[in-house]
Amino acid sequence: MNYFLTDEEQMILETSRELAVKKVKPIREHYDAEGIFPWDIVKEMSNLGLCGLYIPEEYGGMAAGGSKGIMQLVLCVEEMSKICGGISLAMAASALGTFPILLGATDEQKKKYLPDIAEGKKLAAFGLTEAGAGSDAGSMRTTAVKKGGKYVLNGTKQWITNGSEAETYTVFAMTDKAKGTRGCSCFIVEKGTPGFTFGKKENKMGIRASATTELIFQDCEVPAENLVGGREGLGFIHAVGTLNHSRPGVAAQALGIAAGALDEALAYSRQREQFGTKISSFQAVQHILANMAVEVEAARGLVYNVARAVDKGATDFAKDSAMAKYYASEVAMRVTTNAVQVFGGYGYMKEYPVEKMMRDAKITQIYEGTSQIQLNEIAAKLIKEQAMKKK
Amino acid sequence: MKIVVCVKQVPDTTNIKVDPETGTLKRETAGTVMNPFDMYAIEEGLRLKEKLGGTVTVVSMGLPMAKDMLKIAIGMGADEAVLLSDRRLAGSDTWATSYALAKTCEKLGYDVILFGKQAVDGDTAQVGPSTAAYLNAPQITWVKKIREINEKEIIAERLMEDGTDVVKASLPVVLTVVKEINEPRLESLKGKMRAKKYEVPTWTLDDIAGDEAMVGVKNSPTRVNKSWTPVREFGKAELISGADAAETADKLYVKLKELGFVK
Repeated sequence: MNYFLTDEEQMILETSRELAVKKVKPIREHYDAEGIFPWDIVKEMSNLGLCGLYIPEEYGGMAAGGSKGIMQLVLCVEEMSKICGGISLAMAASALGTFPILLGATDEQKKKYLPDIAEGKKLAAFGLTEAGAGSDAGSMRTTAVKKGGKYVLNGTKQWITNGSEAETYTVFAMTDKAKGTRGCSCFIVEKGTPGFTFGKKENKMGIRASATTELIFQDCEVPAENLVGGREGLGFIHAVGTLNHSRPGVAAQALGIAAGALDEALAYSRQREQFGTKISSFQAVQHILANMAVEVEAARGLVYNVARAVDKGATDFAKDSAMAKYYASEVAMRVTTNAVQVFGGYGYMKEYPVEKMMRDAKITQIYEGTSQIQLNEIAAKLIKEQAMKKK
Repeated sequence: MKIVVCVKQVPDTTNIKVDPETGTLKRETAGTVMNPFDMYAIEEGLRLKEKLGGTVTVVSMGLPMAKDMLKIAIGMGADEAVLLSDRRLAGSDTWATSYALAKTCEKLGYDVILFGKQAVDGDTAQVGPSTAAYLNAPQITWVKKIREINEKEIIAERLMEDGTDVVKASLPVVLTVVKEINEPRLESLKGKMRAKKYEVPTWTLDDIAGDEAMVGVKNSPTRVNKSWTPVREFGKAELISGADAAETADKLYVKLKELGFVK
């Protein structure tokens, strides 16, 4: 389908594709098996200018003309994820960790932290989830107590993507528990701050080239000027805004994984022979492939449209963003499972890439809001929208 | 430091077929690419610039369509590109091409001129050395590493079949590079954007003050008498085996002796 990409978008797509095919493809199997963090690819992305696609030009990024650059981010993440959904995550998760700064930080904070992230010198990470606060983020227990010109953080964040590899962490903590979600604040915490350490690196099913760790805060003193936006109590708003903005990115990761699996299945079906002919000549296989293609294209349509709407300044896009994330991640799981089916026994083996794609796909239904949480949000918005109309 | 890189547009050898009748390449069926070895020359030029400052200018002699190839060099980070294109140059062999490139380099000014070790279509490996000869500049061919370089001299390692030669030369110098020297970078986003807008200037023989009597098919001494695809002889292999490694080795030794490969 022709999405009438601009010249710039086309160049972002081509640059990302070239990087993925030439540099990521040869290493993805090894990095997955060994759980190696792709610093070499991050360095390449930095050299190529792909780290700041969603960061405004005035802070060293590539988002120009008032656009938020979400479409640019989406194109890059999709192309990279076609080849490896784990390696693409280093930059995508950095975007997630950067959104609280983009959305809520003061100009001073932006000037201090965004240029290095845009340039790819530093990665960011987003610290919201805790052991007891997953979908129910409001029940977080990490606290931040003001003490003179500092905040003292205590608590543990769990399953933080880019943990220990990133330099810049946006961490959510309760500054006033009595106020519930209105008592939550977001802080920028730099790696190396005393009292801030990392727990064990998780051993995951998929996205194994990405680092997932605990963030541990023990009487960690953070300068008060690192309170995002300079005001307490806005943390939950920043978190929700961040997830609304980042969901097209996760959706693009899911879309890329699905599209990559479709490419592999299609190529394999035209090469594998059974009963004396290519398996692509069997209608049973053709229908699987056709279904995969329809689903991938439908997911792409949703993801691109949300991304473009956000870039053009849409304000009420939480439902659309949730739809794109929900649908693309469900498609990723179905399409990768079908790709393994087309490959048959070979698909189950690690020598072929679809096995890894199926493992990588699963996380997209879970993180940054499970599929069920997306459906909750969609349904709540649907009901609210109709209720508003009746008035 | 003024760095000039000479590149050539060649048929995409991953796609090309040979006409069995004439023994020549079927150029029309293959797409074109930049000669792969020239990518390493550009990369080395860019690294020299990053280290020592200066400019990288990429030059090609060829048809107007070679402009697209030159834009790849701009995308990678070259400062300028020049296409030398003139009907009077058509049919030039390596000798005439080297003359034209030498004149182009003279006009541009140079401290280091880089070439890929050879082009994958003709495989002569003559244009780099001949250009150096026309310029009366020292040349180091088959460079796999630049050990040291400053404004006055260079120490480089040459990849030889039996090891490494280490050569020192004064600048200005002409280098031809092998693929072991580096890993060419991809075109960056900013580079691609600049390349898209960049107008590649076209120079003619007049722009380089070239002598018409030195170039073109008439002034090219190379004569191709015949070209053909060598016939492969199959079925001549013999598998030598024995009960164990020692016996296999004994049998192999006897055979090699029979054939006169060992005394």
